[in-house]
Amino acid sequence: MTPRRRRMALVLGIVGGVSIAGALALSAFRQNVTFFFDPTQVVTGEVPAGERFRLGGMVTQGSLHRAPGSLEVRFVVTDFSHDVPVSYTGVLPDLFREGAGVVAHGHMRPDGTFVADEVLAKHDEKYMPPAVARSLKRRHGQSRADATAAPTPGAPAPRAPPSSAGT
Amino acid sequence: MTWTWFHRLGSPPYVYALAARLTPWFAWPAALLIVGGLWGGLVLAPPDYQQGDGFRIIYVHAPSAWMSLMVYTTMAVAAAVGLIWRIKVAHAVAASCAPIGASFTFAALVTGALWGEPMWGTYWEWDPRLTSELILLFLYLGYMGLRAGLEDTQRSDRASAVLAVVGVVNVPIIHYSVTWWNSLHQAPSVMRLAKPTMAASMLVPLLMMLLGFTLFFGAVLLVRLRGEVLSRERSASWIREIVNA
Repeated sequence: MTPRRRRMALVLGIVGGVSIAGALALSAFRQNVTFFFDPTQVVTGEVPAGERFRLGGMVTQGSLHRAPGSLEVRFVVTDFSHDVPVSYTGVLPDLFREGAGVVAHGHMRPDGTFVADEVLAKHDEKYMPPAVARSLKRRHGQSRADATAAPTPGAPAPRAPPSSAGT
Repeated sequence: MTWTWFHRLGSPPYVYALAARLTPWFAWPAALLIVGGLWGGLVLAPPDYQQGDGFRIIYVHAPSAWMSLMVYTTMAVAAAVGLIWRIKVAHAVAASCAPIGASFTFAALVTGALWGEPMWGTYWEWDPRLTSELILLFLYLGYMGLRAGLEDTQRSDRASAVLAVVGVVNVPIIHYSVTWWNSLHQAPSVMRLAKPTMAASMLVPLLMMLLGFTLFFGAVLLVRLRGEVLSRERSASWIREIVNA
């Protein structure tokens, strides 16, 4: 049975070796694997200066402002410990909502505003019928169920009904 | 414990006949579950509170993505068994898995792109989940290319089996990519330790589709396996007996 044992050890060795190599490579390239940076990483300077990057987080309730007569919008992206103001000119995706996830691609202006040229909506893993969402909202005073609704600092403003923000 | 059942699975004539007998037991439940799941998901299930009717693509996307991982795992385990125990039928199973898995991976990527455009606002992003799933497609294609490139069956079995075993590290990377790194793709709704984050009326059809796709894979694998065994054993006497009978 020795050759079979040897082949078994070889197969396990391949899997183990490749796993370790993969883990080392992925941790070495952690920066490059990161799809977006959150506001805390931006504020603490983990983001390479002067480069384009993606900023991800939640759109702060009540922070969305549209410039009348143009496609320019301003909103604040938060991870509930730090905030980054974002300015964007263009059409927002249908699922873009205050209180929902967003990923913006762009660069930081020296004044601390993130200028985005692309805004993507990041939705959560919850699926439910509209009626359930409405009754949850009535009970909790918000449209999203529970888990991801991390404690919002300050007074949690009542959430706006889910409306298409695409126009 | 007796290992006769395991040793019999190494015999091509036995596996050829067994696969034929088992196929309908996979195919019919698969057909019923997929038809029922599609009816439940596309007609009976309510629209989603955020995505409306658009979320219904999940009934094809999630089972395809799940199968892309499951088929790869099956392929890698069969390849490892073939390498360690030198069982030709195990290599035949691995070889039969590859085109099925590649098709599921392709379906997952295409349905994901079609879903991503209206919901996220993009067909494709170099996001960890999307990128690792694309690498899975290349692993399948590489495996098939390597097999096709080597004339000698034994050499192509062993070389491609090593590739299949090496590539298996990608499977947990795909599954955990959304938890390990920031990702545009949302976390799993069903394949998680806690309760599924989906209303029951939407979840039941999805589970039917998952089971239906799994059984469908079983049926297609059995059919492909018979073809693979036939082509490998084409000069064997037991095949001549079947053909002449």
